[in-house]
Amino acid sequence: MLFFSYFKDLVGQEVTVELKNDLAIRGTLHSVDQYLNIKLENTRVVDQDKFPHMLSVRNCFIRGSVVRYVQLPPDGVDVDLLHDAARREARGA
Amino acid sequence: MGTLRSFDQFANAVLEGACERVIVGEQYCDIPLGLYVIRGENVVLIGEMDTEREELPPHMIRVSETEIKRAQKVEREAGELRGTMRKRMEFLDFD
Repeated sequence: MLFFSYFKDLVGQEVTVELKNDLAIRGTLHSVDQYLNIKLENTRVVDQDKFPHMLSVRNCFIRGSVVRYVQLPPDGVDVDLLHDAARREARGA
Repeated sequence: MGTLRSFDQFANAVLEGACERVIVGEQYCDIPLGLYVIRGENVVLIGEMDTEREELPPHMIRVSETEIKRAQKVEREAGELRGTMRKRMEFLDFD
């Protein structure tokens, strides 16, 4: 629940989603859902030569279960806020 | 690739006029599949293809189905060989 809310606040930011199959995709975070499925706009694959499959894809839907990392801009993260939210969540659960 | 006809909360999908694009190195092949129902468990990503953009890099070569299956087999066997060699090295504690 915590990260769902966190990602909702990040909508509009540029992120790089690294998948479990090693594919990395850069794009603008369009939306996220309770399963942490991600919709990206303005998509481009990080290593285009290694992964030529998605040259014409501009917008995509990524299933939450296949995401390894979501890379964020360091100044886009309020660490203290996240820290507090995590503490509250842990206390509640 | 194909036309997305429907989907559900599990990311199950129905694709009409589906075709499987297999890419091995610089070679590719489109294998027509017809109407497909895909189990969401297997879905990694669903991408919207922009018709105005190039689908593939220009240098790629289109080959037949038999040719691409052969190339896939070669790649798979090379991968397995690398895997077994690594296991042998790890067993011998080489770095």
